[in-house]
Amino acid sequence: MSKIDIKDLNLFYGNFHALIDVNMSIKEKYITALIGSSGCGKSTLLRCINRMNDLIEDVKITGSCMVDSQNIYVEGLDLVKLRKKVGMVFQRPNPFPLSIYENIAFGPRIHHIAKGSELDSIVEESLKSVLLWGELKDRLHRNALDLSLEQKQRLCIARLIAVRSEILLMDEPCSALDPIATLKIEELMQKLKDDYTIIIVTHNMQQAARVSSETGFMLLGQLIEFGKTEQIFTAPKNERTEDYITGRYG
Amino acid sequence: MERHLDQELQELNKDILKMGTYAEEAIYKSIEALKTRDKELAKNIIDNDVNVDKLELEIDEKCIDLIARYQPMAKDLRFITTGMKLNAELERIVDIAVDISQRVLELVDKPVLKPLVDIPKLTAVAQNMVKMAVDSFIKGDIELAKKVILSDPEADRLRNLIQKELVEDCMMKDASTAPRAVQLLLITRFLERICDHTTNIAEDVIYMVQAEVVKHHPEKLK
Repeated sequence: MSKIDIKDLNLFYGNFHALIDVNMSIKEKYITALIGSSGCGKSTLLRCINRMNDLIEDVKITGSCMVDSQNIYVEGLDLVKLRKKVGMVFQRPNPFPLSIYENIAFGPRIHHIAKGSELDSIVEESLKSVLLWGELKDRLHRNALDLSLEQKQRLCIARLIAVRSEILLMDEPCSALDPIATLKIEELMQKLKDDYTIIIVTHNMQQAARVSSETGFMLLGQLIEFGKTEQIFTAPKNERTEDYITGRYG
Repeated sequence: MERHLDQELQELNKDILKMGTYAEEAIYKSIEALKTRDKELAKNIIDNDVNVDKLELEIDEKCIDLIARYQPMAKDLRFITTGMKLNAELERIVDIAVDISQRVLELVDKPVLKPLVDIPKLTAVAQNMVKMAVDSFIKGDIELAKKVILSDPEADRLRNLIQKELVEDCMMKDASTAPRAVQLLLITRFLERICDHTTNIAEDVIYMVQAEVVKHHPEKLK
């Protein structure tokens, strides 16, 4: 079943046509990877899914992006609600300069999801989901900025879980991490896939091949090919995909 | 853009070609030894097997090394994995030529059972199939690979013909011919197995070139 349906999506930064007629269907509880060279539009496309591009000046978007059959580009849409449902993890983890506990509790509190002791349970469950509870349960009130990069990235994912996001957008989530930390985040993604729809933008083709079930290859704003990851990496149908993934281009 | 990987794949191509040449020669020489009753030639094939085994290990190691260092994808991945499979098939073909040579050593000191007519024909078919199969890999030629697969029924036809002759004209008429006839039956069976290995190679080449699995799907060849 598809969770996200993007139809005839075009995006302009002023006169620059950054996304050109993108059509794709993203399945629920799948990991979908977007690959392509720098500037091809993959992060722009990712940011369309929770309307993060709205924050950029002079952006014009046409077409539609349906999340659970609801076009998120209709006028008057509650953006706070949208971004709660469609959370985002960035290249560099960005915890608040607060305690570990407060980082997790912040979202549920402002969204009025929980209060008091309910918050304690949410913090515990969220940290358990990202496999941090065991390591951090005795130092929940320490500053989150003291954590390792990998722990910070897990904490950022836990923050999304705490507000019951259903879709996790991950923009190069491992690019700042070493190979072991990368592997741990990838393992976590595999675990989270049972409950969440994950879309990951990555420059690392091996990572896309390892973690995702479906992959889209983008070039100069266009989605050139989209299909099962296994097919894209062993037998791509489009020559430009072939050239990119074999390093002959890009 | 010429990549360093391209040079390494060229080297792999050359090694597979070398393996193919070994296989072709081994088949030809094993039957030549049978025809000319040449013990030395048969022994030579058996002795040379160690070099083929060595090359097989080298090619395998090279393929694993390429996968580990380059993490190849798409046609590069298909080329290397097909190369590994070809390597194993060709080495097996040489092993079969060794089996034939061992049968030849059993036969050379015994009287000739019958003039060899169809076994050399089957040998020519097998040798040609090996050559075409290796060429199809080197050139990435699907049509040539299909030709290999389509040659297999002719090999089966010749095998059946030879088997029938050996059983009906020799073994059933004169039981004393059985020990020699059995050796020739085995050689026939070995030659036919070689043809089967070449069809495996051809199927793998088709996968390598067009990413389509035709193995166990003969309808896809039409």
